[in-house]
Amino acid sequence: MAAMFSQNPLMNGPNYSFNDAPTVNAPEGARQHRFDPYTDNGGSTLAIAGADFTVMAGDTRLTSGYSINSRHHPKLFKIGGTTADQKDATLVLSVVGFAADGEALKERLDVICKMYRFRHGKPMSAKACAQRLSTILYQKRFFPYYAYAILGGLDEEGKGAVYSYDPVGSYEREQCRAGGAAASLIMPFLDNQVNFKNQYIPGSGEGHALQERERRPLAREEVEILVKDAFDGAVERHIEVGDGLQMMVITKDGIEEVFLPLKRD
Amino acid sequence: MDHRPQAWGRPRDDVYGAYDASYLNHSAPKTATQSPIVTGTSVIAIKFKDGVVMAADNLASYGSLARFTDVKRLRTFLSASVVGFGGDVSDMQFLDRHLNELAIDEAYEHETTASVSGPAPGQLNAANLHKYLSKLMYRRRNDFDPLWNQILVAGVDGAQQPFLASVDLRGTTFTSPSLATGFGAMLAQPIMRRYAATEEDAAKLTRDQAVDIVKECMKVLFYRDARSLDRYSIAVVTREGVELKEDEQLEKQSWAFAERIRGYGTQTV
Repeated sequence: MAAMFSQNPLMNGPNYSFNDAPTVNAPEGARQHRFDPYTDNGGSTLAIAGADFTVMAGDTRLTSGYSINSRHHPKLFKIGGTTADQKDATLVLSVVGFAADGEALKERLDVICKMYRFRHGKPMSAKACAQRLSTILYQKRFFPYYAYAILGGLDEEGKGAVYSYDPVGSYEREQCRAGGAAASLIMPFLDNQVNFKNQYIPGSGEGHALQERERRPLAREEVEILVKDAFDGAVERHIEVGDGLQMMVITKDGIEEVFLPLKRD
Repeated sequence: MDHRPQAWGRPRDDVYGAYDASYLNHSAPKTATQSPIVTGTSVIAIKFKDGVVMAADNLASYGSLARFTDVKRLRTFLSASVVGFGGDVSDMQFLDRHLNELAIDEAYEHETTASVSGPAPGQLNAANLHKYLSKLMYRRRNDFDPLWNQILVAGVDGAQQPFLASVDLRGTTFTSPSLATGFGAMLAQPIMRRYAATEEDAAKLTRDQAVDIVKECMKVLFYRDARSLDRYSIAVVTREGVELKEDEQLEKQSWAFAERIRGYGTQTV
């Protein structure tokens, strides 16, 4: 707008009390060196929902630039258990992006889920927790948590539920989602292998007559192999991913956690 | 007729004078460190069987000037933990005063029996202290008023196991069998990882081995880090407490390698 009206000869006349040009308070020649509150700590996460389970996974490398800060830094957290060791938790949160914000986000959501549980005498449902997480993220809309979150659990019917988020709280329930540094490498693989995208029944026709391969829920063993393959692929092509694979499987009987090795180069 | 609807109904400057918007332009929020001035270089630390060894040299640089050559960058906390500071020295001194206050409060709340060294039960252990510092640092980064340090915290955790963790100016925290800040992350960390790649490897190291590794790393850092010094502090922290030596001299230096490297020292040809 400033540029538009500065062309106007009228502007050389009286000025008005609103000012549409940005004012600079800094003294002449002063260089403003601003502190950057964000960094990217790399890493990748992944979640797949099954018929009666959800598998969550993430690598355990923590980077800053080309340095590996830690080879064992978990990105998956059990949420809303009644004790410090979270052994009766029913939900899992994965965070990737800026590690300090991820940690802060996890701690806030955990406290809220714990309070809910103590007040109501039952764990928070996946759906309720998912909405609450969105609200937490949006509350910091103008100084966001720089973290890509995925929330995993079981829905009211006992089916696997995966909710994925952007840093400011947009969310949706999905069958599967990859997040973080290697999301663009893993997600197409998942589209093909979980949702059977671009898979057609051979000889079923030409062009539009081609029939899509029918979707079916994957078995837990298949999903676990898929997750390992996805990360082995990502490790090969992305320098910020590697060291270890943390995997959590959420079923009606609780949460199982395993650590598998990944390439450390 | 003014054709800009924004201007309609507003007081004109030629009639009322320019609007005094000074009360709207409150100056930038009060912040301390916007960039580090006097700085300390690397801090390095490695876990061993029953504790942690940490070291940092005694130099505080002003840019490339070796300004203060007797600055102690390791401090103990409640005779139970060691904190090592890299980065801005004035922020380190602020944190040092803050931790002194905290230690006094802790000592009043949980009285120790004088005969026992090390932490009293119920007092803040290294894991607690690290959590405290990480919350402090993260809060300051949220206020856009960061404490420009990378900090290593060493000691034993609640389960009496060796504990080593890091926190930086943005509140990022992580742990590892060995840790190094600044230049040490490039030069010392690969050496330390050769001996303690995993927690299991670290649990096999003896105290003497760990001390030797750290001393070797300090030597490599002095060879290659231009903002380093050959006088350093080294601390060994175990369940029994802290042994801190603050005026050590690098031993067995050999500069023979320098002759073979073009551009390293005085060039004759």
